[in-house]
Amino acid sequence: MRQQFTSLEAHGFESPTTESAFSSSSSISSSSSASDRRLKALARHFVDSSPVPAAVMDSHSQNPNDTVSPSPTSSAFHADSVFAHLVRAPEDPILGVTVAYNKDPSPIKLNLGVGAYRTEEGKPLVLNVVRQAEQQLVNDRSRVKEYLPIVGLAEYNKLSAKLILGADSPAIQENRVTTVQCLSGTGSLRVGGEFLARHYHQLTIYIPLPTWGNHPKIFTLAGLSVKTYRYYDPATRGLDFQGLLEDLGSAPSGAIVLLHACAHNPTGVDPTIQQWEQIRQLMRSKALLPFFDSAYQGFASGSLDADAQPVRMFVGDGGECLVAQSYAKNMGLYGERVGALSIVCKSADVASRVESQLKLVIRPMYSSPPIHGASIVAAILKDRNLYTEWTIELKAMADRIISMRQQLFDALRARGTPGDWSHIIKQIGMFTFTGLNSEQVAFMTREYHIYMTSDGRISMAGLSSRTVPHLADAIHAAVTSFA
Amino acid sequence: MTSTSTMLSLASAPPTASLSVHENLKGRLKLGGGSLSFNKERANPFINTKSFSRISMVAAVKVSRFEGVTMAPPDPILGVSEAFKADNDKKKLNLGVGAYRTEELQPYVLNVVKKAENLMVERGENKEYLPIEGLAAFNKATAELLFGASNPVIKEQRVATVQGLSGTGSLRLAAALIERYFPGAKVLISSPTWGNHKNIFNDARVPWSEYRYYDPKTVGLDFDGMIADIKAAPEGSFVLLHGCAHNPTGIDPTPEQWEKIADVIQEKNHIPFFDVAYQGFASGSLDADAGSVRLFAARGMELLVAQSYSKNLGLYAERIGAINVVCTSADAAARVKSQLKRLARPMYSNPPIHGAKIVANVVGDPTLFNEWKAEMEMMAGRIKNVRQKLYDSLTAKDKSGKDWSFILKQIGMFSFTGLNKAQSDNMTNKWHVYMTKDGRISLAGLSLAKCEYLADAIIDSFHNVS
Repeated sequence: MRQQFTSLEAHGFESPTTESAFSSSSSISSSSSASDRRLKALARHFVDSSPVPAAVMDSHSQNPNDTVSPSPTSSAFHADSVFAHLVRAPEDPILGVTVAYNKDPSPIKLNLGVGAYRTEEGKPLVLNVVRQAEQQLVNDRSRVKEYLPIVGLAEYNKLSAKLILGADSPAIQENRVTTVQCLSGTGSLRVGGEFLARHYHQLTIYIPLPTWGNHPKIFTLAGLSVKTYRYYDPATRGLDFQGLLEDLGSAPSGAIVLLHACAHNPTGVDPTIQQWEQIRQLMRSKALLPFFDSAYQGFASGSLDADAQPVRMFVGDGGECLVAQSYAKNMGLYGERVGALSIVCKSADVASRVESQLKLVIRPMYSSPPIHGASIVAAILKDRNLYTEWTIELKAMADRIISMRQQLFDALRARGTPGDWSHIIKQIGMFTFTGLNSEQVAFMTREYHIYMTSDGRISMAGLSSRTVPHLADAIHAAVTSFA
Repeated sequence: MTSTSTMLSLASAPPTASLSVHENLKGRLKLGGGSLSFNKERANPFINTKSFSRISMVAAVKVSRFEGVTMAPPDPILGVSEAFKADNDKKKLNLGVGAYRTEELQPYVLNVVKKAENLMVERGENKEYLPIEGLAAFNKATAELLFGASNPVIKEQRVATVQGLSGTGSLRLAAALIERYFPGAKVLISSPTWGNHKNIFNDARVPWSEYRYYDPKTVGLDFDGMIADIKAAPEGSFVLLHGCAHNPTGIDPTPEQWEKIADVIQEKNHIPFFDVAYQGFASGSLDADAGSVRLFAARGMELLVAQSYSKNLGLYAERIGAINVVCTSADAAARVKSQLKRLARPMYSNPPIHGAKIVANVVGDPTLFNEWKAEMEMMAGRIKNVRQKLYDSLTAKDKSGKDWSFILKQIGMFSFTGLNKAQSDNMTNKWHVYMTKDGRISLAGLSLAKCEYLADAIIDSFHNVS
């Protein structure tokens, strides 16, 4: 029986069997791409009329009465892949910077891309307290590797909540906070987003413009619709506070709002405490739900408490909020993927129910979180000496970055580089939003082997006293070459 | 009518009394077949009637945005361990979760793992972010372990391997890939299967349906049913297969049956999707347990393999595994890998380093690798001994003539006893034996010393409870 499948021809599919008949008992789905895929797959397996070299045929038996035979097994057959329609995804823009940097053979190259701390010698740093904690763990013969509960290491969760909310937080004392261990900041944001998409009534999240490149993707895949609020003012290289208030003011009641707790990424521009208070009042009056991303507690100012102030202000008014925490930067635990999601609720009963639903999000995603990093954090946070040592090491990292800011600012001033560069010392945290455009950035990469994201963001953590002059030269050249 | 009056007060509630809606999304997504449409229009300003009076009462005192969130039931598998912990009876036995226990019923950290961790601490390596696809040395070791280092798929670079969060995370990445690039395609899962499989596909919004697998009459494989159901599925479906040591039944196809399964999958242009959580743990041999996967790969088929080191390296809590996609060309593999990365980035950015380094150190060092094989044989051997003892105890004690040989025929960590829910409850309530309600027991949690007690419990539950 001959049957013409016109969709095959319509899609220009070349097959040795186009003129041959084949019957199929399968139903063609209404989605044309799926049917095309199936027909393509079917056609490539139909070998009746096409000559197949004997060498290619597999030895397994085939029923000669089948109208459709299994395809020959050798790769020499060049059978079409079921993945033929997948294109190569571009490199992640942020991580792609390091990829490009690694490929560059120049001895003067500088990586100011990814936000990972580097020492003055340009080396990654594992904190002393982390090494000590790890040694403790390895020496402890009673330790096992049994599955953690879905919500993670209980001790770690309690300590994390206290770290961000304050040890004396009423919300904690009243058992109104549920904290679940997650895969660093990303994982915490994703789990929180998925939870909100299922259980919250307003499925729009407002994110600042600009924000970390991964934010919109996380929330979109979580099932939320993403909108933006004005944040960065290129004219002042500071906060567009009026724009922020206007945009949040016109958001629908109940909408979710993503707030960077401190050290805004990528701009380094944070609201003042007074501005935070205004933001809080506005948000509470419109019942907007705060979702904090806290990736730099202690890393921004050097003080864990100071950097947690905005979060604590919101929690202090008795309202609800979400907080995603990460220990990637402040404990240097990047690759261990340690973080936590806390949801501050109105009552202990609600918190308990919320926690049960968070488990339903986590279990089908990765069942339970990894134990190693969380164990290190718990060991440090609960030991008075290790905790104190940690705060000292943390302050040292923050101070080095602040010093790099000053040095870069001074170097640009010394060169008489046109423009106002005071934003370098006003901005806070790991990143500086230089204000350089993509053309200038490309120039700096090409001519000076300086690697950074095309939005002009540089990681101060990647600078040292030795390399500041090189960067200053590059900026100077870029700014004077391209207006 | 109360509801009307409270509805009126609801309408005049101040804007700060925001209401939350709870909808059991899982209930809505659980489909036996057909395509799924993900509907974002879930915002319903009117909550269920039960809360109405409560809302109007507390409207002045701000209500939680999450007031309508209901208490979720405990996880059927992980919840068993929690219940076990709460039990104070001395005779209690935990046969719930599939985690290996020694004869003393203690958790077991493999010697090779301890050695690897010591090495890692001594070396003082850094904790920088891994690439999105994970540790390269780990990915290489894993693909080679699955397929064999000299396998053409490896030599021709046709395997896309991405480190994932153990088996679950790897399955989830694959599910996300299917949802995005094979819209409308279904995953066929065995009946029964590991309880979390359905959750994974539901949350990833991939439709699934079941193929017959377990035959309660024979306590064995319903092979004809399996073949018929795979054949009847729409062309281009994904068929989820347990590479070895089927969970929860312990019933694996024979090599001849695997060939026939491969035949029908090729015939229907389905895509095989293996879940390999027990390589080395089933028979004791890493290569033998990879037989089914290698059989399919040898036919030139494209396939997916979600793989875990939780059991065979005892790395449960480190969450270490991988998703492997075998393609017809290196180019396709590269493209698939890039898209898997794109799905991982908004989920957790990059995977955890610790477990990956342990695996890379063990598998990459010939001495440690051989030591690992020996420890694996020991673990698998203990389970085989326990099966034998349990079988012997059952046949000695049970006078009914019931055939208990399925205990010996089943393979891996689990045994599907054939006990129904009521009988399983009896096991727990009367005998303090903790197991999942589907009648599954984890032999990894059984000691030789407890076999007689367990036999008594099983015989009692089977014969005296219906």
